[in-house]
Amino acid sequence: MATITAPAVFCMLKANGISKRYWTRKGWVTALDNVSLCLPETGRVALLGPSGSGKSTLGKILSLLLRPDSGTVVLDGAPVLRWRTKTPPALRRQVQLVWQSPRLAVDPRMRIKQIILEPMAVQNLVPVKRAERATVLGRWTERVGLTDELLDRYPHEISEGQLQRACLARALIVQPRYLICDELSSMLDVSTQASLLAAIRSEQDRRKMGVLLITHDRILAMHWCDSIATLSLSRILI
Amino acid sequence: MAPLLQVSGLSVRFRTPYGIVRALSDVQLTIHSGELLVVVGESGSGKTVLADTIFRLLPLNSEVRGSVRLDGKELLTLSPDAMRSVRSRSLALIPQSPGTALNPVRRIGTLLLEVARARGLSAKEGEEGLARGLDEVGLGWDSISRMYAHQLSGGMQQRVVNALAFVGTPDLVIADEPTSGLEDDLVDATVAQLKRIRGRGAAILVITHDLRFAQKLDGQIGLMYASYLVESAPSGIFFALPAHPYGRGLLQALPEHGGIPIPGSPVELTALPSCCVFAERCSVRKPRCFRESPPMYPVDGDNHRARCVLYAESERNQ
Repeated sequence: MATITAPAVFCMLKANGISKRYWTRKGWVTALDNVSLCLPETGRVALLGPSGSGKSTLGKILSLLLRPDSGTVVLDGAPVLRWRTKTPPALRRQVQLVWQSPRLAVDPRMRIKQIILEPMAVQNLVPVKRAERATVLGRWTERVGLTDELLDRYPHEISEGQLQRACLARALIVQPRYLICDELSSMLDVSTQASLLAAIRSEQDRRKMGVLLITHDRILAMHWCDSIATLSLSRILI
Repeated sequence: MAPLLQVSGLSVRFRTPYGIVRALSDVQLTIHSGELLVVVGESGSGKTVLADTIFRLLPLNSEVRGSVRLDGKELLTLSPDAMRSVRSRSLALIPQSPGTALNPVRRIGTLLLEVARARGLSAKEGEEGLARGLDEVGLGWDSISRMYAHQLSGGMQQRVVNALAFVGTPDLVIADEPTSGLEDDLVDATVAQLKRIRGRGAAILVITHDLRFAQKLDGQIGLMYASYLVESAPSGIFFALPAHPYGRGLLQALPEHGGIPIPGSPVELTALPSCCVFAERCSVRKPRCFRESPPMYPVDGDNHRARCVLYAESERNQ
């Protein structure tokens, strides 16, 4: 299988010969068949493909949320071995995922500020002092373009675009080395899409972060990413 | 020639627990037979409410002002019975989110035949019309009429509701986001289908947030922002040189034009300012933008108008 050209260093998120199939009523359905993909630590890679080609499955596997049937995920040179047992939080923190549909990706009973801080809470990273917490929150809300008065609201009280901004802040707050965006903006209008992508880009300017953009928008992939991989019928084409 | 659809001074408000939401403000538009109008705008700008108002499908907490005339007949004051017959004979709606528009417990064939019957076709005519309509969108009557909605993919559901526009002879077809969930090649197919319906003499109102789809349709563009129709222009002119600063901002936000976002975020519809609604985010605003709400000024003839003081007489003479 061909892979994307990548610098010959260890600092990358790599999928090596990943296969995954699901059991459904119609029998086994192959989602991924021996797929390899490489995400350099500073790159912007687009993953294109028609619906049902396994894009999201690959995204979930790369963000260490789904165990592949065969093949390995290699994070900065170290293969991820322990899927079922508790992966060390420090490892899981390295890759964060932004989901396609923000309404389904958040707990409707949590306020926006709890949602944004949740990954830090899981990692035991939330600042104890209230003032520090407010600074951290303020910094990230500003970077993704949210306003402070939204922080006390619930998800159903804000728009889809604002909620997706909160989801982006939630992913970036633990400073992941790799960010995976699954159809980040397919439901959003162009201006919101542009401002979310600009926020990701300015985060990349501040520090090293690899971004995998799963999308079906070829024009966006061509203009925003520096390399493109195409999935078709469970295999990587280019 | 008198326009088929004439909407003038249309304002819609909703009373909600959060206050009064202004969903449409002073919307003015006309469509002639055989014309295609594409209403574009971001979510929450009032596009879908416009379609629902024309169909009189608004909930009870709404207040409607203004006039909607179809073929000279005022729709807003029609009796419910008369409205029902207009809906079935003269109008066709391709609803948003087909997944919720199709009844999950009835077979696709039954659902489609019900629509054909409402449009005044006999069972035989209906089946023929539907078979032709489904053929237009690349589906077969025999293969899907016995299926249920959940057995179809999102793209197929969308094509099923798109086929409804081909049944009978509606004068006005309103398509609300007809490309949601469709792949690129199916979007192109939808463009071709809508152009064919237009070729049969029907007027079409397309509602979308997808600028590239709007451009491919090649009709008149109506740009909406925060309940106002802020620009109306022929497609070619709009995508080459939009007149309203919001239109310019939108095009620049496309990745192929640099992907520069418009600063700020959309205004809340519960707290619309009485001045220009875009003034807060506008890069070429003037002091007077915060004092007055501009009407539609002609930019270049009757076909190209924009709701911006840049095109007021007084500003042009300077």
